[in-house]
Amino acid sequence: MLSRVADNLYWMSRYLERAEHTARLLDVQLGLILESGQEAGDGRWLRLVQCLGITAKPPPTEDHSRLIHWLAFDAASRSSIVSAISVARENARQVREMISSEMWEQVNRMYHEARALSAGGYQDRDPQDFLQTVITGSHLFRGLLAATMNHGEGWQFIRLGRYIERAGLVSTLLDVHFREYLPDGQTEIEQGDHLEWIGLLKSFTAFEAYCKVYTAELRAGRIAEFLLLNREFPHSVRYAVDNIQIALEKLPEGASTQGSSRLHRLSGRLQASLNFSQMDEILADGLSTYLADVQRQCIQIHHVLHQVYIDYPIETAIEA
Amino acid sequence: MSTAPTRGLHMQPTTPFSSYQLGASYDEMFSAASVPRHHYAALHRHLLDLPDEQMRRRKSVADQSFLHQGITFTVYGRDEGTERIFPHDLVPRIITSPEWSRVEQGLEQRIRALNEFLKDIYHEGRILNDNVVPREMVHSCRHFRREMRGIDVPKGIYITVVGTDLIRLPSGEFVVLEDNLRVPSGVSYMLTSRQVMKRVFPEWFRQTSVKPIEHYPQALLATLRSLAPEGRPDPTIVLLSPGVFNSAYFEHAFLARQMGIQLVEGRDLVVNDNILYMRTTTGLERVDVIYRRVDDDFIDPLAFRSDSILGVPGVFNAYRSGNVTLANAIGTGVADDKALYAYVPRIIRYYLNEDPILNNVETFLMTEDKERQHVIENLDKYVVKAVGESGGYGMLIGPHSTAQERAEFKDRILADPRNYIAQPTIQLSTAPCFIDGAIEPRHIDLRPYILFGDKVTIVPGGLTRVALKKGSLVVNSSQGGGSKDTWVVNE
Repeated sequence: MLSRVADNLYWMSRYLERAEHTARLLDVQLGLILESGQEAGDGRWLRLVQCLGITAKPPPTEDHSRLIHWLAFDAASRSSIVSAISVARENARQVREMISSEMWEQVNRMYHEARALSAGGYQDRDPQDFLQTVITGSHLFRGLLAATMNHGEGWQFIRLGRYIERAGLVSTLLDVHFREYLPDGQTEIEQGDHLEWIGLLKSFTAFEAYCKVYTAELRAGRIAEFLLLNREFPHSVRYAVDNIQIALEKLPEGASTQGSSRLHRLSGRLQASLNFSQMDEILADGLSTYLADVQRQCIQIHHVLHQVYIDYPIETAIEA
Repeated sequence: MSTAPTRGLHMQPTTPFSSYQLGASYDEMFSAASVPRHHYAALHRHLLDLPDEQMRRRKSVADQSFLHQGITFTVYGRDEGTERIFPHDLVPRIITSPEWSRVEQGLEQRIRALNEFLKDIYHEGRILNDNVVPREMVHSCRHFRREMRGIDVPKGIYITVVGTDLIRLPSGEFVVLEDNLRVPSGVSYMLTSRQVMKRVFPEWFRQTSVKPIEHYPQALLATLRSLAPEGRPDPTIVLLSPGVFNSAYFEHAFLARQMGIQLVEGRDLVVNDNILYMRTTTGLERVDVIYRRVDDDFIDPLAFRSDSILGVPGVFNAYRSGNVTLANAIGTGVADDKALYAYVPRIIRYYLNEDPILNNVETFLMTEDKERQHVIENLDKYVVKAVGESGGYGMLIGPHSTAQERAEFKDRILADPRNYIAQPTIQLSTAPCFIDGAIEPRHIDLRPYILFGDKVTIVPGGLTRVALKKGSLVVNSSQGGGSKDTWVVNE
């Protein structure tokens, strides 16, 4: 497979994951504001921007509808859902021949829907319809991906894109949330914050799944364990890393043997850490440190993946 | 009974052909009013029998099919929404096999002569020394590539894929309007149009022996293989496209898929030690033959335009070293220069010692004082074309022009005579087209595709382009033209 094609598939998938995640997060936040019955403070919105790992400068947070516009509709903002979908579609367009026509049509439809809904000004718009459309569209895309495309090399790059993005997004959100609602030294959830913790779980459609494992009793340690170490829940960090590992095993050996083995070592090490760590030990050593380490390793895997399969220096790869 | 039609009393039965007006042009279907030519008789009957709503329904099935396959092209010079479905007409254009075999012979003769010409001007230049073609004309052509001098291309083949535009004069004779020797496009429309027609009108194909064209991708692949560098028995062949923003990207992707070869862009390729590779996920893979759909100017920023980001740095050196084949070769555009066109009959005689089988359209060179004088005084009777333009851009159609446009062109011609030629306005032949529920004549041309490798291969027929606007003579897709399926049939 051409390196460029692999790259396009990888980024298409990352951006779609990002669009869906941003949509769900915004949706949950808008719900929380309704439920808590009070206008949200600036802190909430700033945290939301942090949760998404956005480094660009957001517009002033006093005008909330403007911030929502910036995160959802604004085609000029690189952090918006509309931008993420556009980039995903642009990547898909360059590899139309490699993905199924159903997949192409779906991503193209999402793009056109998003563009149509984002036309016009930002005031007085109810974004929740739009967010639902994006979430449903993304689910549909993943269904088509599973059902209509060969599960070959290209498919593995799509899988890598999705789970590398997901591992990063989940760990970032966990980190920001725990720092805010469970400051150092505290182990139990404060009464008034209940809705916020449910919101955290709902940001990953994890509330029902959590209840099935731990009952509806919310404990910070269990929530962290569920979102970080659960083997079976698709939005946990461990689940994402397991999938990264499986996808890497299925890829052919890359341009440099040395690089390939480094890649397997990196992802194997991260997987082992998530498989064998104890939640109480992680909390004792500091959750934030652990999450920062997970993020660093994900970034490393991303870089080495590109060095091995996509941006390799030609000297190392001249065929014998 | 009176023969004069009187309203209400002697209603003629309305047929789809009721409004079919024959003009001065040769009509492909009718030899005289309501008298179909022999090879069109069966189709004519079918069309008479086919209820109007049937035709509309099938038209919509065909359009849907084009839409879903994403068979689109890009129109330049307009803003957004530039991607459009290629307009397609349902009524096939029919050519008899004796007619076709003459065309085929004529094309083969022309292509062989033009290839000899290219080989000659990039080597000894005999034809220039013998003053058959003015040296000035060749060297002033902006597609002439000095860099190609003395380079031997594989098997001496410069023009691997050719699309030659033919038109039919009022006499019924096919003549050549233009040679396209660089990167001719449109063959995907020929192939998809046939696919769609077979789905929409299977019964027509059952009853007529239409010569197949479906083997074009295999023939192209075999032609490209035959040009692989020496010592590469199992060559890797790729199609080089400028990328998704190119107007013909659909075609590039289509052909690559049909041939089962990689569709690459410049950034996928690297040259190391004069060997060309493509970057794959498992490492660099050597490439032997490039079917390139990127113009000369853009193919190698080190050799040609340095601002090109579509090309591959160093590919020209790899090519010159014989390690990779480019099809078509570099510098072929000099032989489809519109001014040089006037010399093609002489070129055929010079190299092959034969008379041309297919004639040219009469052409006036603006570099010749007398011819220029004559044309400038009669601009309203001529079609003036800019030599370096294609796609129907930069043209003056005299009879349809305004005085201001003519004045403008006069100035342009006088300022740069080498850049213009003039031809008499030619009535392209007309063929029946399905327009708004009725069948009406529209002007058409014919672009057959010629492949030249070990041997010359021409799939029967080609792309028939239609000027869908009533009375229009411009068939280019960028100017409102469409296409129709072309049948070569045994009579």
